[in-house]
Amino acid sequence: MREITKRFSGVAALSDVNLNVERGEIHGIVGENGAGKSTLMNVLSGTYPYGDYEGQIIFEGEECRFSGIKDSERKGIVIIHQELAMVPQLSVGENIFLGNERRTSTGIDWDRTFEESGKLLAMVGLSEDPHVPVGNLSIGKQQLVEIAKAIGKHVRLLILDEPTASLNDEDSNKLLDLLLQFKKEGMTCILISHKLSEVERISDHITVLRDGRTIETLSKEDDTSEQRIIKSMVGREITDRFPKREPAIGDVSLEVKHWTVYHPDYDRKSVDDVSIYLRKGEVVGISGLMGAGRSELAMSIFGRLYGRDISGEAYIDGARVDLSTVPAAIKNNVAYVTEDRKTSGLILSNVIRVNETLADMDRVSYHRSIDADLEVQLAEEYRQLLNVKSIGVEDTVESLSGGNQQKVLLAKWMFTQPDILILDEPTRGIDVGAKYEIYQFINKLVGQGKSVLMISSEMPELLGMCDRLYVMNEGRIVAEFQRGEATQERIMTSIIDSMDKGKGAKEN
Amino acid sequence: MSNAETTLQPARKTDLKKYTMLIALVGLMLVLEVLTLVVGDSKFLVNDFFAPTNITNLISQNSYVVILAVGMLLCILTGGNIDLSVGSGVCMISAIAGTMIVKYQANIYLTIVVCLLVGIGIGAMQAFFIAYVRIPPFITTLAGMLLFRGIGYIILGGFTLSPFPDEYIRIFNGFFPGSGASAGTRVTVTMAVAAALCMLYIAVALITRGRKISKGYPVEAFSAMLVKMVLIIAVILAVFWLLGQNKGIPVVLVTLALVIFVYQWYTAKSVPGRYLYAMGGNEKATIFSGVDTKKMMFFAYTNMGFLVAVASLVCIARFNAAAPSAGNMYELDAIGSCFIGGASAYGGVGTVGGSVIGAVFIGALNNGMSILGVDANWQRAVKGLVLLVAVLIDVQSQMKRGGGIKGIFGLKTS
Repeated sequence: MREITKRFSGVAALSDVNLNVERGEIHGIVGENGAGKSTLMNVLSGTYPYGDYEGQIIFEGEECRFSGIKDSERKGIVIIHQELAMVPQLSVGENIFLGNERRTSTGIDWDRTFEESGKLLAMVGLSEDPHVPVGNLSIGKQQLVEIAKAIGKHVRLLILDEPTASLNDEDSNKLLDLLLQFKKEGMTCILISHKLSEVERISDHITVLRDGRTIETLSKEDDTSEQRIIKSMVGREITDRFPKREPAIGDVSLEVKHWTVYHPDYDRKSVDDVSIYLRKGEVVGISGLMGAGRSELAMSIFGRLYGRDISGEAYIDGARVDLSTVPAAIKNNVAYVTEDRKTSGLILSNVIRVNETLADMDRVSYHRSIDADLEVQLAEEYRQLLNVKSIGVEDTVESLSGGNQQKVLLAKWMFTQPDILILDEPTRGIDVGAKYEIYQFINKLVGQGKSVLMISSEMPELLGMCDRLYVMNEGRIVAEFQRGEATQERIMTSIIDSMDKGKGAKEN
Repeated sequence: MSNAETTLQPARKTDLKKYTMLIALVGLMLVLEVLTLVVGDSKFLVNDFFAPTNITNLISQNSYVVILAVGMLLCILTGGNIDLSVGSGVCMISAIAGTMIVKYQANIYLTIVVCLLVGIGIGAMQAFFIAYVRIPPFITTLAGMLLFRGIGYIILGGFTLSPFPDEYIRIFNGFFPGSGASAGTRVTVTMAVAAALCMLYIAVALITRGRKISKGYPVEAFSAMLVKMVLIIAVILAVFWLLGQNKGIPVVLVTLALVIFVYQWYTAKSVPGRYLYAMGGNEKATIFSGVDTKKMMFFAYTNMGFLVAVASLVCIARFNAAAPSAGNMYELDAIGSCFIGGASAYGGVGTVGGSVIGAVFIGALNNGMSILGVDANWQRAVKGLVLLVAVLIDVQSQMKRGGGIKGIFGLKTS
C-alpha cells in the first residue's frame, strides 16, 4: 500500500501511510485507539471503495482498485473484523458459505456445503458438526469458524482485526499457533492487536501507526521489546492543547467501593471489585484500552444502565446513596454523558430544545404540563452556556456539526444541575477547536467545586486534563497516578504488566 | 414596515409540511367539488360534494376514524408501531354494547361505562405483552385482530342487533338543535354557536399573543396572524352555515372536539407526551435520560383500547346497529390517516392535527369517490396509492437524514 490518505468529512484519518507486506509473512500492525489501523484495513479490503481514498494498493504486482469487499475477496483478500459477522441462528456450514454458496444448477447443494465445511473445519482444528447453529459454539470456536470461512474463499491475504480481544488465553494461543501453521503453508497474514506480546511472538514485521501515519516498520532483527514498541506508539509531544487550571481540591464527593458487575449475557465480570473516589474540584481520569470496562463501570454506577448482579456501595458526600435508577442518580446530582452521542445520547431528528430539557422535564413543567415559554427560555440559556453554534434552539441536532452536537449533549446534562459529572469520551470525533472549548468548560465546572470523572481513550487528553488518573484493564483498576506522575509509557506498561500478571495467575 | 423582516424569515420545514397537507386537503376537496358538479350522477342522492347533507355525512362517516387515528398516532410515535386489532376491537365492543342495550335493555350509561372499561382492558392486555413481555406489536395485535373479531362473532352469534333506543342515538349521533326546531331557528342557533366559537378563538389567540409579547418572547408577524385568523373564521362560519342548512350541529362534533383537544394537549404540552416523541426519536437516549419507556409503551396501547371503545360507541350510533362486520378495515384507515398526516413510519414524528387532517383526507376521498360512483375496488386501489406516496415522502426525508447509503449500513470510522 502506497501513500494512502483517507479523509472523513475533511479530517484525515490516514495520511500518506505506506505498508509493505511480504508474501508468506505475518505482519503485525500496532497503534493506539484511533491511530488508523482499522481504517487502513478497511481501505485494503475494499470496504472504502477506490476513489474514496488517495494512494495505491498493489497486490501481487498489480494495482488494485476495489469497488467493494466482494471485489477484494475475489483477489483473495479477506478481512475478519473484531465483531464477528456470523448469523448465530444459521448452521456452521451455512455460515461458512454465506454469500459464497455451493450451488447446483437449480439451487444450493447442501451435501457439498456440509461436506466441504467439514473439511474446512478440520483445517482449523475443529471437529464440530457443521449442522450445529453457530450460536451454540463458544466465542473462541466462532472465531475459528470465521477463519474456516476465509479459507473457503481461497484466501491469500488474511486480515485479522483484534482476533483475540474476546478470547481467553488458551483460545488465543490456539489461534496464534494456527496462524503460524498457515504461514508455513504459504498464507500471508496481517494481524492487528493491542496485545503486544502476541504480536511480538508471531510477527515477522511490525508496523507502528500513530495519528494516521506510519511511524516505522520493525523486523525480527530490530529491538521489538514491548517498551520499544510502546514508545513508538505513544511518542508524541504534548503541546499546549489543554487550558491551564489551578487545582482547588476539596472533600470526597463520590466514592464507590467494591463495585462488581457481571456481563449482561456471559458469565464473566465486566467490572471486578473496583473502588474509586472523586473529590470536589477534581478531574479524575480513567484510562484503559477498548473493552477494559471503563464505560461499563460508569454506566453501571449511573442508574444500572449496564450489566447484572451489580454489587458494591456508592457514597456521595460520605452518605450512602441509591443510584439504582436513572431518575435516582439524577436526583443525587449525578450526570453521565454517554460516549456515543448518536445512539444513546441525542435524538438527532429532534430540535436542540427537546434534547436539552429531556433529562429534567420537572424544571420546565408544572403538574406534568410543559411551560412552553419557560422551556424555550431555559433551552436558550443552556445553548449559550455551552456556546452551541446554531440559529436558535429550534434547529434539529442532526443539522449541527459533531462538536456542536457534543455541546448539546453536555448542555442536556448541565440542565439537570449536576454536582458530579461522568464524561465518557467527551471529545470523541470532534475538531480541535470544539475540544478546547470543552476542556475550558470542564475547568470552569471544577472551578465551581463540581467533580468530573473523565473516561477517554486519548491518553494525552487525560494527561493534560486530569488531577488524578486511574488505569483500568480487564475490569479492574490496575494503577493510580497523581498529576505529574503519569506518562503514556507508564500507563501502557501498567496495562501490559497487569495482563502478564493475570496470565501468570491463571497458569499457576 | 417593521413586520417585513419577520415575515421574510424562511418558513420552518415542519410548518411547511403541516401546511402542505392542509393545502393538499383543500385541493382534493375542490377537485371533488368540481368533479361532482360536472360528472355527478343524478341517480345518487347528492351530486355536490359541498352540499349541506354531504358535509353532515362527511362528519358522521369519519368521526370514528378520526378517534382511532388519534389513538394510533400515539402508538406510531413510540417507534412506528401500529395496532392491527382496532377494527376487530370495534366489532367486539359493539357486540357487547348491542347485547346489553338491545337484547337485555340494560341502562345506557352503565353500558357506556362497561364498554369503556372493556376497551381499557383489552388495550392493557395487549399493552402488557408488547411493553413488558416484548412481543412485537405487529404480532400481538395480529393475534388480537383475530381474537376480538372471533369473540365479536361469538357474542352476536352471527346476527346484527338493532335498532338502538333513540336516547342512545341522541348522545352520539344526534343534532343540535333537535329535529323539533324549525329551519329558521336551526340556522340561527347554528350560526350563534359558530359566532361564539369564533369569538373564543379570537380571544384565546389575542391573549396568548399579548402574554408572549409582555414576556418578550418572539411572536409571528401580526399580518400573518390576521390572515390565519380570517381563514379559520371563514372555514368555521362556512361549515356551520352548511350544517345549519341541513340538520344542525352533529353532537358527535363535541366528542370529537374533546378527543382532539385532550390529545393535542397531551402530545404537545404534557411531559409524558414529550417522552413519547423522545422514545420514538431515540429509545436508548430516552432510557439514558431516565424515562421509563416500557411504561410509555404500555400507556400508548392501553389508551388505544380506550379510544377503540369510544369509537365503537360512536360507530353503533351512526349505523344504529351492532353488526359482526363492524369495524372491518378500520385499522388501515387509522394507520393510513397518521402516515398521510405526516407521522413518521420510524416514530417520533407526527401531530394530532396532522392525523386529523389525514383522516379527513381519506374520508373525503372515500366520500367523493362514492358520490362519483367510482367502483369500490378502484376506491381501495386509489387509497393504497395515496398511502404509498405519503410514506414514500417520509422515507425520502429519512434517507437524507441518514446520510445516504452509508448511514443505512451504519459504517463506522475506525
